[in-house]
Amino acid sequence: MKTLAELAAIREQMKDKVAIRTGSGAVRVVVGMATCGITAGARPVLNAFVEEVTKAGLNDKVMVTQTGCIGICQYEPVVEIYEDGKEKVTYVKMTAEKAKEVVEKHLKGGEAVSQYLIGNTEL
Amino acid sequence: MKDLSLYILDIAMNSVRAGAKNIAILLTEENNVLTLRIEDNGCGMTEEQVEKLSNPFFTTRKTRKVGLGVPFLRMLSEMTGGKVTVTSRPEADFENHGTEVVATFHTDHIDFIPLGDVVETVVTLIQGNPDSDYVFRHKTDKLDVNMDTREMRAILGEEIPLNAYEVLAFIREFLLGQYENEN
Repeated sequence: MKTLAELAAIREQMKDKVAIRTGSGAVRVVVGMATCGITAGARPVLNAFVEEVTKAGLNDKVMVTQTGCIGICQYEPVVEIYEDGKEKVTYVKMTAEKAKEVVEKHLKGGEAVSQYLIGNTEL
Repeated sequence: MKDLSLYILDIAMNSVRAGAKNIAILLTEENNVLTLRIEDNGCGMTEEQVEKLSNPFFTTRKTRKVGLGVPFLRMLSEMTGGKVTVTSRPEADFENHGTEVVATFHTDHIDFIPLGDVVETVVTLIQGNPDSDYVFRHKTDKLDVNMDTREMRAILGEEIPLNAYEVLAFIREFLLGQYENEN
């Protein structure tokens, strides 16, 4: 079983990394986590982004954050991606699987996954 | 929502949005009654707001006209023969503002839905709001799971945020370990 003492080791490992990370956030992944989002399945979507962004080694560049109701509840889970110098991209009706694909193709590969975008999704 | 842990996440998000620096999620199970208690030191609500809270057409937000969080929780609780009480002290009380939501559920009732992944709910809350502190406790006659992020922060120091990936992974394992150990 994990004990709190193990956090001391994590602190030692991370001391140098944190300085780099606080300067990060060139890309922001924002997941809607209001009642509508949570009901539609936003929790596993959020956790998939956190997990996959780390696995892809993108933590220094990509920040995964949460927000409230975006106002398009019928399209939840909704994920918005903000990138410096680019237009906001809105993914709708997301799942953990789709999140994985977005990390791979969009955040890593630089190409939005068009079939999950708001304009291309039917209700 | 398909399990209780999602309702807990939803209600605790209200604490986050109320600017709470301390949020406690306490679960106790005794004699087939599950009591969920969510306490925060956020901005609180006036008596009038608390009264309107179970009306789904009342919300303080601007993006939409409905507020379903508390009505959902109340429906779920009452369906099992339980009840929800909300007490709150608004910010006018400088020292002691905040809200408590207490919901009870009869776990042997056919309409009781499973608790679900409450560990994932705690991790999700911390991920999105790492500057607040969280107490989590789940006590039954078989287990007593405890977490207090203030103890973690004391070890981690100021620079490392609670939502650093390594810390979140630790918290998940820390809680799951307690569940496994005492089952």
